[in-house]
Amino acid sequence: MGNADCIVIQGSNMAECHPVGFQWVAEAKARGARVIHVDPRFTRTTAVADRHVPIRAGSDIVLLGALINHVLSNGLWFDEYVKAFTNAATVINDAYGDPEDLEGLFSGFDAETGAYDPASWAYAKADGSGEPAEPGEESQQDPTLQHPNCVFQILRRHYARYTPEMVTEACGISAEDFAFLADTVTENSGRERTTCFAYAVGWTQHSQGAQYIRTASILQLLLGNMGRPGGGIMALRGHATIQGSTDIPTLFNLLPGYLPMPKAGVHDTLEDYLDSVGTKDQKGFWANADAYTVSLLKAWWGDAATEDNDFAYDNLPRLTGPHGTYQTVMRMLDDEVDGFFILGQNPAVGSANGRMQRRGMSHLKWLVVRDFSLIESATWWKDGPEIESGEMRTEDIDTEVFFMPAANHTEKAGSFTQTQRMVQWRHQAVHPPDDATSELQFFHDLGLRIRERLADSGDPRDRPLLDLTWDYPVDEDGEPDPESVLAEINGRHLTGEAAGEPLSAFTQMRADGSTSGGCWIYSGIYADGVNHAARRKPGREQDEVASEWAWAWPANRRILYNRASADAEGQPWSERKKYMWWDAEAGKWSGKDVSDFPADRAPDAVPDRSLGGPEALTGTDAFIMQPDGKAWLFAPTGMIDGPLPTHYEAQESPVENPLYPQQQSPSRITFARDDNLSAPSAGHAGAGVYPYVFTTYRLTEHHTAGGMSRWLPYLSELQPEMFCEVSPQLAAERGLEPYGWATLVSPRAVIEARVLITRRMMPLTVAGNTVHQIGLPYHWAVGREAVITGDSANDLIGISLDPNVQIQDSKTGSCDIIPGRRPRGAEAQRLVDEYIERSGASVEAEARRISAPGVREGTETPLDEAHPQEGDPAEAGESHALRAEQDAGDHRKRTPREDQR
Amino acid sequence: MSRTAAWEDPSAELHWEDQAQPRKGFFTDTSICIGCKACEVACKEWNRNPTDGSFELLESSYDNTGALGANTWRHVAFVEQDRDRITAARESGRQLVSLGMPGVGPPESAPSAGGAAEPPDLLAALEGGEQMDLTPPDTDEFRWLMSSDVCKHCTHAGCLDVCPTGALFRTEFGTVVVQADVCNGCGTCVAGCPFGVIERRDDGTVHPKAEREGAQRVEQDIPHQGTANKCTLCYDRMVVGETPACAKTCPTTSIKYGDHEDMVETAEARVRELHDRGMTEARLYGANPDDGVGGIGSVFLLLDEPEVYGLPPDPRVATKDLPQMYAAAGLAAAGMLAGVAAAFLGSRR
Repeated sequence: MGNADCIVIQGSNMAECHPVGFQWVAEAKARGARVIHVDPRFTRTTAVADRHVPIRAGSDIVLLGALINHVLSNGLWFDEYVKAFTNAATVINDAYGDPEDLEGLFSGFDAETGAYDPASWAYAKADGSGEPAEPGEESQQDPTLQHPNCVFQILRRHYARYTPEMVTEACGISAEDFAFLADTVTENSGRERTTCFAYAVGWTQHSQGAQYIRTASILQLLLGNMGRPGGGIMALRGHATIQGSTDIPTLFNLLPGYLPMPKAGVHDTLEDYLDSVGTKDQKGFWANADAYTVSLLKAWWGDAATEDNDFAYDNLPRLTGPHGTYQTVMRMLDDEVDGFFILGQNPAVGSANGRMQRRGMSHLKWLVVRDFSLIESATWWKDGPEIESGEMRTEDIDTEVFFMPAANHTEKAGSFTQTQRMVQWRHQAVHPPDDATSELQFFHDLGLRIRERLADSGDPRDRPLLDLTWDYPVDEDGEPDPESVLAEINGRHLTGEAAGEPLSAFTQMRADGSTSGGCWIYSGIYADGVNHAARRKPGREQDEVASEWAWAWPANRRILYNRASADAEGQPWSERKKYMWWDAEAGKWSGKDVSDFPADRAPDAVPDRSLGGPEALTGTDAFIMQPDGKAWLFAPTGMIDGPLPTHYEAQESPVENPLYPQQQSPSRITFARDDNLSAPSAGHAGAGVYPYVFTTYRLTEHHTAGGMSRWLPYLSELQPEMFCEVSPQLAAERGLEPYGWATLVSPRAVIEARVLITRRMMPLTVAGNTVHQIGLPYHWAVGREAVITGDSANDLIGISLDPNVQIQDSKTGSCDIIPGRRPRGAEAQRLVDEYIERSGASVEAEARRISAPGVREGTETPLDEAHPQEGDPAEAGESHALRAEQDAGDHRKRTPREDQR
Repeated sequence: MSRTAAWEDPSAELHWEDQAQPRKGFFTDTSICIGCKACEVACKEWNRNPTDGSFELLESSYDNTGALGANTWRHVAFVEQDRDRITAARESGRQLVSLGMPGVGPPESAPSAGGAAEPPDLLAALEGGEQMDLTPPDTDEFRWLMSSDVCKHCTHAGCLDVCPTGALFRTEFGTVVVQADVCNGCGTCVAGCPFGVIERRDDGTVHPKAEREGAQRVEQDIPHQGTANKCTLCYDRMVVGETPACAKTCPTTSIKYGDHEDMVETAEARVRELHDRGMTEARLYGANPDDGVGGIGSVFLLLDEPEVYGLPPDPRVATKDLPQMYAAAGLAAAGMLAGVAAAFLGSRR
């Protein structure tokens, strides 16, 4: 980031939530970079930015889409980059239908399941027939970018209506602000300059969060800002080693190194599974998924993993559906979950719909909480909000709660992986107090005890546990050696002369069982038996890439896809942005970083595609993980909710979707339940009952759900009380007093907060109406253990999820705000119920997914006149209707249109 | 070397002899402060200072510790301002230049951030003559100032001058430190400080919300009860060559620490750089050795009048006028004596 000429921080309050990483923004600024903060609020990040662009929460795709349109309409894309490294020239098959033509839906939607079949998004066959190509097959290309169905032209049409006027209409951003942003970003992109985006959960925590990031990816690819110094899109991670916990995941649907978790009935054999990850004949490094998977199985099950038993593939659990945290809570409420471990998390406070979380836990038989404070997730049964309100009584709760003291990060050794994929080793500073232990020790010990219990079991279901390699050396305190875990993750040679020696790179992994490795992308971190994550050579003693400080996956590479830092011929785009280049004399890629490309693949190489894998990559296939070697402007597979990002309103929104009749993302995941009702959206009777947008966030002074800050007096005194941030205009409208109390009501809960009236919050004019946004930090909780307590903002939030990653839509919701403290006891729920009744929110309304009126269930008559599009009269109308008819086959099962007025 | 070279060496006559060190100090550049308060926390942790919050909102933007005091030795102020105030600040800063404020003027050389190695592309940009974008910042509708305040370690320290026990002393680094085991808690220094920095520590009892509701209270050790307390510039860290805790933890280098001379020089270069970018609201505070305290050891770069941050615009050490006061008092005494004498003489008549 320090090398960027322009930094756009959007969906992140970087200075407050990532103050240490923000040093690089400060450095870039000191070198002359321009910093723009796009955010609903004026925050501490904005305070040191060059410009604040206030935006309505949940409208980012309109803004980013308009930037894409600006680039495409004004000839501002980086033509050579786009042609060399993206799939702009690839032609999409004829069956593809765009939301522009289908009332906001892509082709392939099944209203019954609410899911898309992505078959119609496939590339077209190379023969020009317009038929879909098989995955990995050669596809039709048009290097002139003129074919009407090539990705470039589809992009143009898709974003044509994302205009500056639409930005003003949908986001509340002035034409002047938009022009400033568009000019700054484009002027700071190209051969000589690079622009960097930074985002955090302000982009991810939406029902189409993954698509927010896709939109930025498309923009950055068109501008040629990927794989280059000072470019990229920085995913700022929420706390220490959140990156690590996705690399070696705590996620239900991933295995280490982004290998998917196998699905029951779909991936019954190792072969089925491997074919779904990457076929041998596709280009790029996923073609070697067999080597990564078999090495993982060998790392986990050692000698019990043999060629004869498919390397113990059957020991892996299978997914039977989405087992995300929210689905699990609902299963708890249905008494389908007996026990629950909570580690490094405080779901009673930190998860959406807190009441559902706490009630869910009350249905458990047992609950284990490991933490260093007695957090609310361990005490909800005696002093939680439901106890206070009388909804639950301690004596009625059968859950047995075990609290286990945990060692904190200074009390144990291990590693943190940060945003740059850099793994940094952490040494133990002090011993943990009393009975506190590390997670490593806890689980190692638990594993030993369970295995001891099962030692005589002949039940095949116990084999995965009994065969697990579980031989970590322990010290005198019983703490397993964390470096032995790192060595296992790195992997070893298992046969031949080198048997027992650490692998030096994942390219040494084999699918024949001759290597092991717990996470392929981390392979090399323990090369030569050295803990490379522990390297601490100061930056001033090395060049600016600083390759000898710690270790970055994969292969200690500091910038991913850095082949793209050179042009098609392998020469640097400019002297100023020189990073990696082709050294023709030496016949290899040179530069200060590790080349993210086969080291000796010449820029003009065109190997036989049938070789498959890395060998098939041409000299310009810079995006080495993709089956076609190109960066995907258009994603034919991989995204559940559409190949291109498209703006939909959030689950709860006071604004009608100005672009499409389809109000919300049609494939979002909702849960129509009494305890999870949504506020009616704009256009529905009752929408005015919850007239204000609220957005939740963190403060520098606190750590997420407060477990690491509300127990510390030094931090507690800095932000002692729950507050809400409102504009002077909203305060006047609702009669709120400065630093007085306010009550906030959503269809899920009622909470109270002190009122901070500030011009840092500003009302926006959206579609002619004033939209007020309320800011709510979410660090506080009801209880008696912490130094400071208060109501939880997350209690207000309902659960609707992004279908790609199951993340909750917690950055924008609807609420009402009134002066004074909230009611106590049963009165609180009565207030919530009274609001629900007045708004007409119901489970039935919740279950409706489709609002595009074009086709009603049982009819194919378009009804576009029923939904006048005030915002863009030019586009209202017939093209929707015509294409909807043509494509009615895909949409026959739509549910009845929701009542629009 | 600073162009305003008339700095007095505060430790000159203290007989540190061969132990004397170059004067040390801070440069707090508020233009890059992100208000994270890490300095406040690092300071309290290192110095084992008690919390002094009431655990209630102070009703002052994001500031909930209020001011420097016995326990809070670094304090971050938060000031929200609108356009009129920004315009006024920019104008008043510009006038300081035309009035010949020391340390502001045309740049003599390329500004150096000090410490961090310059990136090659920047060097290229500067030396290659590529035009860097130096237009003024665009957010002028509204701004949120943040500034980390600290003890000034004055050249003429009022607290030290008035201390009757010798508990306050001038270190070999030119800083001012209280010896808790000598201090008798008389409080004279509290009135002697023109900045309101030093304060007597009470019994430290805090009444957190949790206690008011009948739950457990915050238990904390209250060291040095009843004595005067203030920033030591981490004397205990300095003597072993370590950076003070606040500067060490500051993520954006808003707090810089080093030889006082270098700090003043860096500050002057920075204010020039900001003026060149159109940020004429930038001005230095405490970098003038001719002010009422002989200049301070921890200089600041501010973006508005000092009063906006709660700093006195024209601090004067109370003892500055002591010689004149003594002279005046002497004169008065002499006059009275003369009068008395005259009266007696007259009565004899």
